[in-house]
Amino acid sequence: MKAPDFDYVRVRSLDEALAALAAHGEGARILAGGQSLVPALNLRLLAPEILVDIGGIADLSGIALADGTIRIGAMTRHADLERSPEIARHVPLLARAVREIGHPAIRNRGTIGGSLAHADPASELPACVLALEARIVARGPSGERTIAASDFFRGLYETALGPDEILVRIEIPAAAAGERFAFHELARRHGDYAMAGIAALARDTGAATLRIAYFGIGSRPMLAAGAAAALRDHGASEAGAAAAVRALGADLEPQSDLQASAALRMHLAGVLLRRALKDLFPDAAGGREEEIA
Amino acid sequence: MSDTAGRQPGLSVLDRPNSYIGRAVPRPNIARLTQGRGRYASDISLPRMVHVAFVRSPYAHARIVRIDKTAASGLPGVVAIVTGAELAAVMTPWVGVLSHLKGLKSAPQHAIAVERACWQGEAVAAVVARSRAEAEDAAELVAVDYEELEPVVSVEAALAPGARAIHPELGDNIAFERVLDAGEVDRAFAEADSVVETTFAFGRHTGVTLEPRAIVADWNPGEARLTVYQGTQAPHMMQNIIARHLALEESQVRVICGDVGGSFGIKVHVYADEMATVALAKLLKRPVKYVPDRVESFVSDIHARDHCVKARAAVKRDGTITAFEIDDETGIGPYSMYPRTSGIEANQVVNLVGGPYRTPNYRARARVVFQNKNVMCQYRGVGHPVACSVTEGLVDMAARAIGMDPFEIRRRNVIPDDAHPSVSAAGLKFEALSHQAALAKLHAMMDYDARRREQAALREKGVYRGIGLATFIEVTNPSAAFYGVGGARISSQDGAALRLDATGALVCQISVTEQGQGTEAVIAQVVATAFGVPIERVRVITGDTDVTPYGGGTWASRGAGIGGEAALQAGKALRENVLKVAGTILQAQPAALDIRDGLVVDRDTGRERIGLEEIARIAYFRPDTLPSDFQPELMVVRHYVPRKYPFAFTNGVNACWLEVDVETGFVKLLKYWIVEDCGTIINPQLVDEQIRGGVVQGLGPALMEHCIYDERGQLLNGNMADYLVPMAAEMPDIEVGHVVSPTLESELGAKGAGEAGTAGAAAAVANAVNDALSPFGVAISAIPITPEIVLRALGRL
Repeated sequence: MKAPDFDYVRVRSLDEALAALAAHGEGARILAGGQSLVPALNLRLLAPEILVDIGGIADLSGIALADGTIRIGAMTRHADLERSPEIARHVPLLARAVREIGHPAIRNRGTIGGSLAHADPASELPACVLALEARIVARGPSGERTIAASDFFRGLYETALGPDEILVRIEIPAAAAGERFAFHELARRHGDYAMAGIAALARDTGAATLRIAYFGIGSRPMLAAGAAAALRDHGASEAGAAAAVRALGADLEPQSDLQASAALRMHLAGVLLRRALKDLFPDAAGGREEEIA
Repeated sequence: MSDTAGRQPGLSVLDRPNSYIGRAVPRPNIARLTQGRGRYASDISLPRMVHVAFVRSPYAHARIVRIDKTAASGLPGVVAIVTGAELAAVMTPWVGVLSHLKGLKSAPQHAIAVERACWQGEAVAAVVARSRAEAEDAAELVAVDYEELEPVVSVEAALAPGARAIHPELGDNIAFERVLDAGEVDRAFAEADSVVETTFAFGRHTGVTLEPRAIVADWNPGEARLTVYQGTQAPHMMQNIIARHLALEESQVRVICGDVGGSFGIKVHVYADEMATVALAKLLKRPVKYVPDRVESFVSDIHARDHCVKARAAVKRDGTITAFEIDDETGIGPYSMYPRTSGIEANQVVNLVGGPYRTPNYRARARVVFQNKNVMCQYRGVGHPVACSVTEGLVDMAARAIGMDPFEIRRRNVIPDDAHPSVSAAGLKFEALSHQAALAKLHAMMDYDARRREQAALREKGVYRGIGLATFIEVTNPSAAFYGVGGARISSQDGAALRLDATGALVCQISVTEQGQGTEAVIAQVVATAFGVPIERVRVITGDTDVTPYGGGTWASRGAGIGGEAALQAGKALRENVLKVAGTILQAQPAALDIRDGLVVDRDTGRERIGLEEIARIAYFRPDTLPSDFQPELMVVRHYVPRKYPFAFTNGVNACWLEVDVETGFVKLLKYWIVEDCGTIINPQLVDEQIRGGVVQGLGPALMEHCIYDERGQLLNGNMADYLVPMAAEMPDIEVGHVVSPTLESELGAKGAGEAGTAGAAAAVANAVNDALSPFGVAISAIPITPEIVLRALGRL
């Protein structure tokens, strides 16, 4: 299929981009890496009046560490995250997760800001920023504002961004000593959207700071707060793991689609939690292989 | 038969000096294709060319009440909007039946639906515009009023008593039924030590070609001639059919098939939208191009399989399988495809079940039914994956029932290698098969006993791996028995025209076609060998009805076996003719000469006598120097068709090694082995590639590929994100072994290899999954085997 006609503008500055958004309102779409937007155009699922290409704004990409915070520009490509020594050292969860995004050609074009703003519930990065307690910085006509990742994802392809705002960067606390993470994804084929995935982070060696995020389960990335609480209460023992898996029933709202039923997704969420616990707390009983089946 | 050569060395044309037979020479077209210099139908652009997009029915079954073109006609670039009724004035409808499939019936199908759409995706109007984008813009504005009719979707519903017939004039929804009863089936079951029984389900899937179907049709009113550039497997068949339905003479239609980005059986059929494109070109008197997008491909390219087979087998305690019985139901969409029909796959299932085995008692019924889904027809492996999965699934169940190793039960039941020629219970004639040799070779290749030990050790650790075996037979090199006897104008013979050019190089025009599988390489190898030139001196031309001899094209694994033999005979004949000229020039006996490596030499000593360029120079430019009663003939034509056997059956055996994650239900393919016997191997690399590609096209539907329909007949996953084509990362290493039993019908001895890999792959996977799950006492008999199916079988969902 061929995309319907649309106008196109490649802007040189954020101000220019914001002006274009203000001028066209809902008729404008921001073009970042284009890895979701362009297929949607070609399938005629979207028919915007104008694409505002922000690829020419120089200061929108890059990775920097300052004051214990990693700042990632919205136009930073997945491939740049994949190759970045700063990301590998200070946000190892992201370094691990980014390898599962599509294929090399997609990672060469796709951007972190585009992925978060698109908010596909089966994408890796939204769940990662939830687990990482990232802050998402948006700029609109009245300046910048910071949104906690946990407030950012509202529903299917729906975020806290206003139509006149642009996601400009992501701020993530750099990994502390003793921090551990786990990342697992189940997809029928490498590079596909996940049928179910988990990104979990413990800021120290215990379960007290554990944050567990799921993707590919429901209509948005979800934090499993009940499961994390069960593990805080019981530790990563078998009893804690069993309580945590039980708590997923209240934490998650799994959905059925062509790849998996809601029941399968809930089952896989439990399996993934066990596997994550095994990575995070290898000595505890809750992740023991024989307990899982 | 042996592993190395089927003939005495030094005696056959295949063993000539500088033979290319059995050598992995690169394809002559590979540089061109890898440099992006291919010329696919998709690449064709002609002056004044316009593009067509189709308005397709959103309903599985609906009456077309009214089509309003007003809004669409006003858009920029729109050239014409044409309905089915309007196009019917230019093109006659067709009915996809064959007389040898007794009772097969179908309804007339139009290029564009007239009055009624019978599947979701059937074209109801054509929009022609300057660009495809403009045509799509206008197609969105064509207003069609539909009256939705109740669809008949499942096979069960189509067969239910009192079911409404999709085509009322046909009386019911049964397109074709075949019954076979051989031997004493009831007695065998009564006397069995064990009877195993289950129902096998095969999901509908499709063949996703790398290049979509593509056609450009150009009607030239000045010479009253139509030129069609098409990605097709059968140019002469298309020439005949296009001419017939446009009321033209065949000579008024030229079909040109350039490079083709994969066919797999998808591009051997007559598609309504392609016929509409041809008719539009005639109607509009300008070139019209049609290349379906992927979303259209999923609802218009033929689908395959969609079988449900109730099956059972009788076995004795000593492992002898004494009977097979099957009842197959398959849904083919609302029309039998034209001209090969949609009855062939079920017919093949009946023919092939139990085929590798001595089992004399066999009863089968197959029913082919109409339904309101996309059309279904022959795709790579036609019927073989179904028959093989049923047979091999039953054999494994029988082995388990009597406590016998699955390798052992196959060893005991296959037709012995020295029993040929033989006839199967279904009546198939086998010239020479090598099941025993293939099983022995596979056993060694995969180190079967070591795998079993590894499996047992891992099971202790909660790792569940399985071994799945699948023997198969495969239909190749079909004679006229396939289609011609049923009244279809589909050639089973092929021809090769070979000429010496003025520089001593060869040009071969041949009617078999190149789809990317290497036909042209194989033909060049055969010609170079038979005639005696370096392969670089052979140019092969395929795919043009104005240029090549008449022939069938490439399908049913026939290109190398049938086209190759025609090329071989042409090479030999031209060599004789050239040697006559050389003998005249040299005043030598032609029989004392030979052509080797591009030179005429003394046959006995190999001493060089004269170059081919010199012979060509004299014959073409200085014939005055030759005796006045001698006319050199430096072009020959030879044709070939198998006559003794309806098909040259091949055989082989697959083994799959995989791991089932019993927590997630995911299946990981770890390793794959296959031993096959395609007779003479012309190019081992191309054969291995064909086998591997075929295996992958069998593994896809085993685990992933599935056209999922809802109860209203809507295809739910018709796109490349939701329809899971197998990708390299999930595919195992595939080791290929060979046994060589040449067919003695031809001098070349080659049988087909193109579909062998597809035949048994799904069976090997399903058997391996069930082997892995055997500690849990559960078994799966439906494909694709998804995580959901595995976990449900395990009772974990």
